[in-house]
Amino acid sequence: MNEIPLLELSGITKRFPGVVANDDVDFSIMPGEIHALLGENGAGKSTLVKMIYGVLLPDEGDMHFSGAPYAPMRPSEARAHGVGMVFQHFSLFDALSVADNVALGMNKEAVGANLDQQIIEISNAYGLSLDPTRFIGSLSMGERQRVEIIRCLLQNPRLLIMDEPTSVLTPQEVDVLFETLRKLSAEGCSILYISHKLQEIRELCKKATVLRGGKVVGDCDPREETAKSLAEMMIGTSLTFAERQEPHLGEERLVVRGLAVESHDPFGVDIHDVSFAVRAGEIFGIAGVAGNGQVELMEALIGERTTTADSVCIDGEAVGTQGPTARRARGMCSVPEERLGHGSVPDMSLWLNTILSARTRKGMEKNGFLDLNLAHDFADEVVEKFDVKTAGINHDAKSLSGGNLQKFIVGREILQAPTVLILLQPTWGVDAAAAIDIHCALQELAAGGTAILVISQDLDELMTISTNFAVISEGRLSAPAPTGSQSIEEIGLLMGGVHTSAGTEATV
Amino acid sequence: MIRLEPRKEISKVLLYGTPVMAVVVTIVLGMVMFAALGKNPVNAIFIIFVEPLKDPFAISEMTVKATPLILIAIGLSFGFRAGVWNIGAEGQFTFGALVGGAVALALYEVEGGWVLPLMCTAGALGGMAWAAIPAFLRTKFNANEILVTLMLTYVAVLLLSVLMHGPLKDPEGLNFPESRLFHESATMPILIEETRAHVGFLVALAAIVIAWVLLERHVFGYQVKVIGQSPKAASFGGFVESKVVWFCLMISGGLAGLAGTFEAAGPIGQLVPALPVGYGFTAIIVAFLGRLTPLGILLAGFVMALTYIGGESAQIKMNLPSAVTGVFQGMFLFSLLGIDVLARFRIRFAQRASSAAGE
Repeated sequence: MNEIPLLELSGITKRFPGVVANDDVDFSIMPGEIHALLGENGAGKSTLVKMIYGVLLPDEGDMHFSGAPYAPMRPSEARAHGVGMVFQHFSLFDALSVADNVALGMNKEAVGANLDQQIIEISNAYGLSLDPTRFIGSLSMGERQRVEIIRCLLQNPRLLIMDEPTSVLTPQEVDVLFETLRKLSAEGCSILYISHKLQEIRELCKKATVLRGGKVVGDCDPREETAKSLAEMMIGTSLTFAERQEPHLGEERLVVRGLAVESHDPFGVDIHDVSFAVRAGEIFGIAGVAGNGQVELMEALIGERTTTADSVCIDGEAVGTQGPTARRARGMCSVPEERLGHGSVPDMSLWLNTILSARTRKGMEKNGFLDLNLAHDFADEVVEKFDVKTAGINHDAKSLSGGNLQKFIVGREILQAPTVLILLQPTWGVDAAAAIDIHCALQELAAGGTAILVISQDLDELMTISTNFAVISEGRLSAPAPTGSQSIEEIGLLMGGVHTSAGTEATV
Repeated sequence: MIRLEPRKEISKVLLYGTPVMAVVVTIVLGMVMFAALGKNPVNAIFIIFVEPLKDPFAISEMTVKATPLILIAIGLSFGFRAGVWNIGAEGQFTFGALVGGAVALALYEVEGGWVLPLMCTAGALGGMAWAAIPAFLRTKFNANEILVTLMLTYVAVLLLSVLMHGPLKDPEGLNFPESRLFHESATMPILIEETRAHVGFLVALAAIVIAWVLLERHVFGYQVKVIGQSPKAASFGGFVESKVVWFCLMISGGLAGLAGTFEAAGPIGQLVPALPVGYGFTAIIVAFLGRLTPLGILLAGFVMALTYIGGESAQIKMNLPSAVTGVFQGMFLFSLLGIDVLARFRIRFAQRASSAAGE
């Protein structure tokens, strides 16, 4: 391997007010190499690739592309050099067709006359079946990702950057994606693959660069490392993962019967006839690819949307017509997916944010008047017991890092001693250490007799902590089964929408 | 290249310092304007902003002007925090005055301590009824309350005019479009002899205290703040948007209606077509100049009242046009909004260019 590296970075440094996002980063990618960029949230991966893609400019350091100096001022310049990027969050318009969306993201010169034909050719060549005339709104997440990939491939990239590409895919879709990437690599296209899913990286990549706190802390061949050793490189300390515990199941605390919800969003997903029960001491997991009705299900369960009364029962009491406050009074607490702006008010202090969801169960509200001392005390208690790193409870919620704010919100709900706790994506975008803390706290809470429902896209998470398990797809729930009784392939099929026995059976 | 970069946390000093800076900037701009008009700028500013403060009668007149401004601004501040943009307080003020005044005229010559409270209740209910129209249209049909409240202002003003020319006209008034003068029991008690300062000012002070308690110590104020900053978090917290829209419009409508009744039963003493003089609009500036906080609104109400009184004496003493008051009020809002940008954003010069040049 004495070729010239396709891309070489030396001494790249990027500072933001108050933080050094990248500190003297060096690394290089050879032509045709699949190179992993590993690191926790906040390690500086996104900042680094944004500089490669011309979204940000480095403060210091040089980049070379095929030996020539490379300093893209904007993404179109990066694309002109042959650098393509598939973002974690797609930039697609629901109400436009595949072809229109592809054309929108390309440099003007690159859009040829017969774009539809080109799309079909590329998609066949790489096994990414896609109809250019369909509307984005009708596509699955996996298919939407293909649109982004094809958009890059149409421009004959020499380097393809993929940011957390598998977070929205079923296991089968992941296999298809990996085939495509291997094929591209064999044709000489380099791939920079960003992920924190260690298993995937070991399967796909031959080289990995590990970032921690903005610095390169190591290069390795992921195939020669274990998932544990990679994780420890990322985090810098050794880890003890949450272990599955043998649950002592009690009576049914949360019972959902024939729940149906119509989505407000024209491209949202309706919930059809969902039934399940969560017992005291149980952690019930609902897996599924994003955008299959998780948000709508969550809204209906916690009372942001009301339904028929007996669709949702807490400890035998029908609460389907009640709002969140009444359900909290009955013992149901919840952690929404969005930390900022849903689970907390970004511009309010931490202690004011406790009033948002804990005022009823913590007695902060008497005849409408607020007891601010109780709110202060409770915020202090959450910060202390859940080890939230903050300069003080008078600071705004938005000043906390993602992991710390999530710990604060989870702590705020757990310390209300709920009888039912519902969480949507509890460890999404949270660093590994915080995720483990949250998992352990949930297990402890379940052991105390709380019924816990975790809705998550992260299969590994559900496999680790849940007792029973079901899959949501297009608003329908598969029949619940004990965790571990189904193979990953079976679960993958369910996630893709194949229902062996669609969720009509009421309970386990 | 100049770029604006959002600040992470806005400092309290800056947050409450900007209205003061806005007042200073306005005064400086005013001096430039007077100089351009060929008047002595220092003298003009002195007459407008300082002289009234040395005259006890002028101070009593300031309370007369500040009372409706504070009452209306307090009501509006709840809605402005919650993202309910009631721009038509002028209409609710007018309709409230009309209803309160109609009660006074219906009870003409009826004596008793209950007459004035009844008028005030009727006036507040009238303002609420006028604000109920945009509340209903927004919560039922998602109609934009900015447009509905604003348009209803003209309806209310014209309605007042029609009634002044018809049913509510003074039978002995030589056909002038004015109502009878309200009788003793239907008139606001005067606080200080020989002035027009009336008990409405005490009500405005009470409204400030109650508003502070609601905002800082009550779940109602909390939900108003949450819904304005983050509607999804409000929904998570169990707050219902349509209820908050109703609450906010009822509070602002009710207080505007009350202020209208005070105005008719106080300094004016009857219903006249010229009753609405723009307090409902000026109160919007008062609310923002006061940072939507009760204490701030008290101070801002007085500053704005000062521009009315000072503007009048500048007209008389320096022969300045009557538009001076309006110009000053406009400049207040303009400089406040301008300086606000500085409180929320940091200015960066040529960030992008310099980092590119450094390579």
